[in-house]
Amino acid sequence: MSYEFLLASAIGVLVAGGIFLALRARTFQVVLGLTLFSYAVNLFLFASGRLVMGRPPIWDKAVSEYADPLPQALVLTAIVITFGMTAFVVILALRSFLETGSDHVDGDTVSCDAQDGLANTCDDDGEEENP
Amino acid sequence: MANALTLLMLVALPFVAALAIALLHGANRAVHSGLAAAASTGGLALLATLAAPVISGDVPSASWAWVPALGLDLTLMVDPLGLMFAGLILGIGLLVVIFGHFYLDANEATGRFFASLMLFQGAMLGIVIAGNVLLLLVFWEMTSLASFLLIGFWKHKAEARQGARMALAVTGGGGLALIGGMVLLGSVAGSFDLATILERGDLVRASPLYPAALALILLGCFTKSAQFPFHFWLPHAMAAPTPVSAYLHSATMVKAGVFLLARLWPVLAGTELYTVIVTTVGLTTMIFGAVVALFRHDLKSILAYSTISQLGMLVMLLGFSLEAAALAAVLHILNHAAFKAALFMSAGIVEHETGTRDIRRLGGLAKAMPTAALVATLAAASMAGLPPLGGFISKELMLYETPKLALYGLPWLLPVLATLGATFSVGYSLRLAVHLFFGQPREADPFARAHDPGPGMWAAPAFLTLLAVLLGLIPMLLAGPLVGAVTAAVIGGPAPDFDLALWHGVNLALILSLLAVAGGALLLWQHRPLLAVWESAVLPDAKRLFERTLTFADTWVRKAIVATHTPSLQRMLLMSFAVIVLLIIDGAQAGGVLTGDRTRLPAQPIAIVAWVLLIAATAAVVNDSRNRLRVLIYISVIGLIVSLAFVQFSAPDLALTQISVEVVTILLLLLALNLLPKSPPLLSSIPRKWRDGALAVSGGVLIGGIAWAMLTRDPGPSIAAYHLANAKSGGGGTNVVNVILVDFRAFDTLGEIIVLGIAGLGIFALLDSTAVGAAGARLRAWREDMTHSPERHPIMLVVASRIVLPLTLTVGIYLFLRGHNQPGGGFISALVVAIAFLVQYLAAGFDWSNARKRFGEHQLIAWGVLTAMATGLGAVVFGANFLTSAFGYFYLPLIGKFELATAMLFDTGVFLTVFGAVMLALAQLSHIAQRAARAHAARQAGEGEA
Repeated sequence: MSYEFLLASAIGVLVAGGIFLALRARTFQVVLGLTLFSYAVNLFLFASGRLVMGRPPIWDKAVSEYADPLPQALVLTAIVITFGMTAFVVILALRSFLETGSDHVDGDTVSCDAQDGLANTCDDDGEEENP
Repeated sequence: MANALTLLMLVALPFVAALAIALLHGANRAVHSGLAAAASTGGLALLATLAAPVISGDVPSASWAWVPALGLDLTLMVDPLGLMFAGLILGIGLLVVIFGHFYLDANEATGRFFASLMLFQGAMLGIVIAGNVLLLLVFWEMTSLASFLLIGFWKHKAEARQGARMALAVTGGGGLALIGGMVLLGSVAGSFDLATILERGDLVRASPLYPAALALILLGCFTKSAQFPFHFWLPHAMAAPTPVSAYLHSATMVKAGVFLLARLWPVLAGTELYTVIVTTVGLTTMIFGAVVALFRHDLKSILAYSTISQLGMLVMLLGFSLEAAALAAVLHILNHAAFKAALFMSAGIVEHETGTRDIRRLGGLAKAMPTAALVATLAAASMAGLPPLGGFISKELMLYETPKLALYGLPWLLPVLATLGATFSVGYSLRLAVHLFFGQPREADPFARAHDPGPGMWAAPAFLTLLAVLLGLIPMLLAGPLVGAVTAAVIGGPAPDFDLALWHGVNLALILSLLAVAGGALLLWQHRPLLAVWESAVLPDAKRLFERTLTFADTWVRKAIVATHTPSLQRMLLMSFAVIVLLIIDGAQAGGVLTGDRTRLPAQPIAIVAWVLLIAATAAVVNDSRNRLRVLIYISVIGLIVSLAFVQFSAPDLALTQISVEVVTILLLLLALNLLPKSPPLLSSIPRKWRDGALAVSGGVLIGGIAWAMLTRDPGPSIAAYHLANAKSGGGGTNVVNVILVDFRAFDTLGEIIVLGIAGLGIFALLDSTAVGAAGARLRAWREDMTHSPERHPIMLVVASRIVLPLTLTVGIYLFLRGHNQPGGGFISALVVAIAFLVQYLAAGFDWSNARKRFGEHQLIAWGVLTAMATGLGAVVFGANFLTSAFGYFYLPLIGKFELATAMLFDTGVFLTVFGAVMLALAQLSHIAQRAARAHAARQAGEGEA
């Protein structure tokens, strides 16, 4: 097995897990999904510089071949921004739970029918969570 | 150049006055009106210097580039048409200011009133002397806004607010159409310059886009000039103070539509389409307005409908596409401005002196207020088109033209209907004068109060009425040259021969005119029975129709939004993912081989173990997402393996960043989890799980496939070589990743730290307000549901963390300092230092740590961003581009050679912002958690005592 295969398959697995969790109904699962997805995206961006071993982009007179520094710089800030985004979403989820008493991503599904004019939006999604 | 300055001052003067008045809003009425009057007088003086050359054929113009890419230039030009309108705007403006000074009470918000009035004056002047159609649009919108402010001047009155909103909706909506029309016109003509467009009339009329452009432009003109069926806003605009009605809603703004029709006459007029639409609309409006005006009782309402009718006549005349009709329109614009403004002011005087505007309560006022009665009666006679007044001449000219156009192929149609309109005009004009000033007073009270106002109030209308009279007596002397020049400007060629006079001998026009006068007298005589018929008829109320339309639109827009934009995150994400998957599948249809031919790196066994671990951990996260603590452990396993991958593939900076972010993220999730509900999530239905699972797997396979295809191919030519070659020589550092961050692409980094700072502040804002309301109640009701260690702050951990603190800080500083040359830098070091402090919170508790904290996170974020920006601006001071770095080598005894780079300063900004944002997010969250725990403990203590 090659490193290329390992990385590509890992990205695929993380994406699959991320999509599945992002489609769940509770905020914490969605946060987890976003986290997995972020790993995958960062790895993918990094992979666009291709895999190079033992040649970090630290300039040296004696070295002529390096790993591509540009994707690394992009991913470095992306990792930090990912933290900012995750933190914000987590806090948003927390606040929304504190305000509404529900940690469903779409708010409280029970009160859905009561909402005037919006009732038609609560079709299959409203009853998808069977206790 | 002198001309350029004059033009600029002409249009700028009212705006300057508006600003000055607004700034002096606390001063008294005389200051406000004085400034406004001075600006209008100044404008008139400037215009006077231009008048003679313009009438003799000169067109002073000046142009400054504004947004050249859009074709929007600040082009100003004064041709005879612009000159006439500018004269009306400034002249009537001055009279209205004088009138308004006496009309408004001293304790009203006269500052706001005159500032808005001047704003309007500037905008209106802009429309008439704009030499670029896009510039014209800007001023056009401004008049709608100024009109909104002025109609709603008495904002405590509901009808003022509703009237203002309706006027804005209708004229603003028309303005939108006009923008579309002008853009089409400009693109067809190939220029937005008015003079150029006017020369390309044939090109425009031959274009397939002509009907669309025409329809849109007409929509703008008709709404602004209150043409049927868009007329209804004008009567409701009468909620404005009377000076405003006299100025905006009779003499100037509503004429903007007429002005534009006249302005674009050489380009748009002459086609069958134009003639039919414009003549029909104008004619309908003329008759409709006249009929309604006859049966209104509010003085201003009568005048509003008569204005609609007169505007209809002007539009109709321009619609004829005949040069002589254009001449009649020009003359009538002058006439109408004079008599209608005078009548509005007279109505204001009557209301001011009697306390009512209801014509049914008034009558016989000629005895009580003879001066006002004389002025108003003469003005009304001009409106009726009675000789020897100005109105008679323009009405004659109009009737004279009607037989020349066979509308719908019927040669008799126009003369008959126009005479009908004229008849009703005579009717309402006579009624206005007769019912108001003659006969017996209908009610005693208003009559008893009535008396002539001081000359301050009647001077302005008297002057205008005098003009209306002179326009009848000495028309050629007073207006001949102007009308000729303006007509030439409207039709874009020499004006037809004309002779303005009261007596042209007996012709068809005179007969029709006599018929109209006789009919009007009949209408007045039979007014009472006619009114009874009118009032018994059920007529649609335009205002209610308008509001119903609004409600209707509102309902359906809401439905459309709900139908297309489901307020469900799950649904939206599902759609987004599905679309992405479909797009990838579509792209893959193009074919090609999946696997490239780049030499692959054989994997070591240990790497395969890590890979298996990662996949297992991901599966565990998905499968076990209900046990939150365990999930966090799985997540950290994944993060660790990702960091190891970065180490393995020559990215030490990334590995350091990833591992420290991992620690911070897990801490954050732990804190948040503690507050989120722990009840196990409800299970999704099985089919839904399968559906999402299928989508997830196909997404994973496709993205993995793309990654595989990319990894197995050699990269194309990259800009990396440039960065590698110039990092040391240009950026002064050997760590190329860091040099990219703080030098080559520092602007990106600046943006990112700002985003991070905003995220931190956003988190603060979201959490800071949780103490109150529903959130506060839930937070206080929070129950501890995890078993705690009996020792809240284990002594070993506390001691160890305190020993580690200076060591960790040293590591952080070391990583920061070496960052430019070795793995490290502002981002990583900030995260490491943040972890050092967070461990203190963890070990010793929020209170202990917070009390000893010597920094404020908000200030850190602010100083960080400011430092980074100041570094960038420093380069500008030295004449280099924003964020250009500089570095040099220095020697110090004992330490030896070392390097200082401005990039280091920038990196300090990065450090401060990242550190501040991370600390702010986590400290604030733990503060909330602390509050909840304390409330819980207090409650338990209370229960224990009980």
